[in-house]
Amino acid sequence: MNVADVQEAITQAHRGEWARVVASLAKRFGDLDIAEDAAAEAFATAVERWPAEGVPPNPGAWLTTTANRKAIDRIRRENKRDDKHKEAQLLHDDDPPEPLGAIDDERLRLIFTCCHPALAMETRVALTLRMVAGLTVPEIARAFLAQETAVGQRITRAKAKITAARIPYRVPSAEDLPARVSGVLAVLFLVFNEGYLATGPGTDPVRHDLTAEAIRLTRLIRALLPQDGEVAGLLALMLLTESRRTTRVSASGELVPLGEQDRGAWNPALIGEGHRLVRERLAAAAAGVAPGRYQILAAISAVHTSARDVRDTDWSQVVALYDQLVRLDPSPIVALNRAIAVAELDGPEVALAAIGRLEHRLAGYHPYHAARADLLRRLGRSQQSRAAYDKAIELAGNTAETAYLTRRRDQLG
Amino acid sequence: MRYLVSVITDTGALATPDEDAAIDVFNDRLQADGHWVFAGGLAAPSSATVIDGRGEEPIFTDGPFVESKEYLAGFWIMEARDLDVALRLAAEGSKACNRKVEVRPFL
Repeated sequence: MNVADVQEAITQAHRGEWARVVASLAKRFGDLDIAEDAAAEAFATAVERWPAEGVPPNPGAWLTTTANRKAIDRIRRENKRDDKHKEAQLLHDDDPPEPLGAIDDERLRLIFTCCHPALAMETRVALTLRMVAGLTVPEIARAFLAQETAVGQRITRAKAKITAARIPYRVPSAEDLPARVSGVLAVLFLVFNEGYLATGPGTDPVRHDLTAEAIRLTRLIRALLPQDGEVAGLLALMLLTESRRTTRVSASGELVPLGEQDRGAWNPALIGEGHRLVRERLAAAAAGVAPGRYQILAAISAVHTSARDVRDTDWSQVVALYDQLVRLDPSPIVALNRAIAVAELDGPEVALAAIGRLEHRLAGYHPYHAARADLLRRLGRSQQSRAAYDKAIELAGNTAETAYLTRRRDQLG
Repeated sequence: MRYLVSVITDTGALATPDEDAAIDVFNDRLQADGHWVFAGGLAAPSSATVIDGRGEEPIFTDGPFVESKEYLAGFWIMEARDLDVALRLAAEGSKACNRKVEVRPFL
C-alpha cells in the first residue's frame, strides 16, 4: 500500500470514526476531556504506525482499542488524585438503560451534550466541531476568524462547565426532545451558513469545508432520528443549497445571483437527494403533519432547483410558501425574502412598497439595502438605487457579494 | 448534586401576595418530589453589613459588598440529579416568583 493510500485510509477513518471513538470513550470513562485527548492520541498513533505496519483490517476497532489504552494510561498516571475528586469529574447518566433502538447511539449523546442550551451558541458550535466533527482547534479558529487561544479556552471552559454543573451525557427525555433537536439543528445551520456565506476580508467567499461538515453532521442526525421532519427539512435545504455552490461565485470572485447562475452546472445528485427528502415531507404534510421552518425553506429551494430556466420558476408557489413561513416566523427577514419573490410575481413597485415597511427593523441588515437597490434599479430610479447600493456595500461582509454589488452600482446609468 | 438557585431582581419591590402564593405551591412540590434543601427571601441590600475579620479587630462596613442595579432577592438550594433537572426546576421557580433566576452548582 503506497503513502497516498495510507493517507486516504487515515482521512477516511478520521471522517467516519472520530465521533464514534470520542463518544464511546466519553461513555466508558465519563470524561469528555479524557475522551478527546485519547482519541487525538489514537489518530496520531495511526499516522505514525499505519504507513509502516499497514492499515488494520478494521480501522475503527483498532482506533477504539488504541484510544481506550491511551485513556487508561492517562487515568493511571493521574491516579494520585483522590477518589472523590475523580468521581466529581465523571459525566453522568443516571437513567436506567433504555431499550436499544435507533436513538440509542453514543454519538447522539455526544451531540446533545455539545449542543446543550446551558452553553453559549458560539461554544456549542466550537464544541460540536471539535468533539463530533473532529476539527482541530486551529481549523475551528480559521473557520470563524477567531484566535486559536480563544477557541481553545472556549472549549476548555465548556468541558469544565459540563463537569462542574453536571450537564448530563444522554439523549434528552421525550418531552424535551423536540426543543433540544431544534437546538442541535440551529448549531448545524449556523455552521452551514458560515460556510456558505463566509464573512471577513481575505476569506474564501464559500468555505466548502464548513458546508461539507454541516451536511455530514446533519446526515448523521438524520440517520439517528429518521422520523424527525425538521431534520429531513434541514438536510434537504443544505443539499439543495450546496447543489448550486460551484455556480454561486464567478471566476473573477463575484457573487452570481440565483437568476443568473448556470443551471446546467448545478449538481444533479444533490438536487435529486434534496428533492426526494422534500417529497417525503410533502407527503407527511399532506397527511396532516405541519411542516416546520426548515421544511418550508427546503420546499422553496426545491421550487428553484426544479426550474431548468429562471423564467420557468413557479413564483406563485414560492410566494405561497413564504406566506406559510411568515405565519410560522413573522420576522422582518422572512418578510424581506417574501417581498423579493413578490417582485417577480407582482412587479418591483409592489415589492418596494412591502420592503419600505421593514426599514426601521432592517436598517443595519445589508440584504435589505441590496434588495431595495435592485428594485429601485429595475424601476429606473438610478439615484436612489445608487445610494442603496452604497449602503449595502458598506454593510456587506462577504468579498464576493461586495464585488457583485459594486459592479451593479457602477453599471447604473 | 446540589444547586444554588439565586433570585435576581432590580425592582426593589417585595413579592406580591399572588407571587407568594405561587412560591408556596412550588415549594410544596419541591418538598414532595425530594428536591427541597432550603430556601429563603432576603431583606434589601441596604440592610447588609460587610465584615472583614482577617485583621486583629474586625472591621464593619455599612452596605452591600457590591453595589448594583440587580441584586439577590432570595434563593433556593435544590437537590437535582443533573443540570437538566435543575434547569427545569429553576424555570418553574422563576415563573412562580416572577423574577429571573441563576443556577449554579455546588462543588
